[in-house]
Amino acid sequence: MKSSFLIYALVTLALLSYALYQGMVAAPTERTMGEIQRIFYYHVPSAWTAFLCFIANFVASITYLVRRNPKADAIAVTTAEVGVVFTTVVLITGPLWAKPVWGIWWTWDARLTTTLVLWLIYVSYLMFRRFSTGQQTATLAAALAIFGFIDVPIVYMSIRWWRTQHPKPVIAGGAGSGIDPEMWSALLWNLAAFVAFAGLLIWVRYRLERTRQQIDEMHALRALASTEGTLTR
Amino acid sequence: MRNLYLAYAATWIIHIVYILFLSRKAARLRAEVKELER
Repeated sequence: MKSSFLIYALVTLALLSYALYQGMVAAPTERTMGEIQRIFYYHVPSAWTAFLCFIANFVASITYLVRRNPKADAIAVTTAEVGVVFTTVVLITGPLWAKPVWGIWWTWDARLTTTLVLWLIYVSYLMFRRFSTGQQTATLAAALAIFGFIDVPIVYMSIRWWRTQHPKPVIAGGAGSGIDPEMWSALLWNLAAFVAFAGLLIWVRYRLERTRQQIDEMHALRALASTEGTLTR
Repeated sequence: MRNLYLAYAATWIIHIVYILFLSRKAARLRAEVKELER
């Protein structure tokens, strides 16, 4: 287990290094925006990785409600947390890209606003899990996650449904969309690297969550044993 | 160019902060397991 984790971590590190080279050096400089467009290679893969995390959270939450399996609950909390980390990256790198290109840090257009709402939904979900002490926490959190997920397709479709300051999709955006093949290659390398990195974080966080669940079980068993001891005395 | 470097640096600062959060959590859970096993 430890050696497979180490191999995976090393492969991820190599991927991240090569993806950095692809984004900063190998990809051609964009004609109108110049060097600042290279933020694209961190901004877009981070957004897609966050989406994948929230999709996994959605599936795990449904699985938990159907099967009441604590492993599904552990996957749900883990993917939500890692998804929030990647959405935070999106919300920080976006304005850093916007300021030199649009002349403003932020605007309340549909894409930016729905992304901020997405971040707030999953931060609320994590805070609810952190501070709720009732026995129904996992069930209520799963229900909250299922409703919260509605914002994911809204974020994705926002630049197709509404006129936004945010650019129209360059990938799967229909006629007239698309990017240079070398840019596409750099984007895919960065996407692979970030998905692998998210997988690594999920792996570590999942094991911690399972340990926490086992600690809770041990506390519950101890409490039960002491109650039974009191009753038989 | 400044914002490009800032964006890349911010990305890695966020991830490193999260990794530190995970390692602190792991240490706390390890201590709790030891306490329960005693």
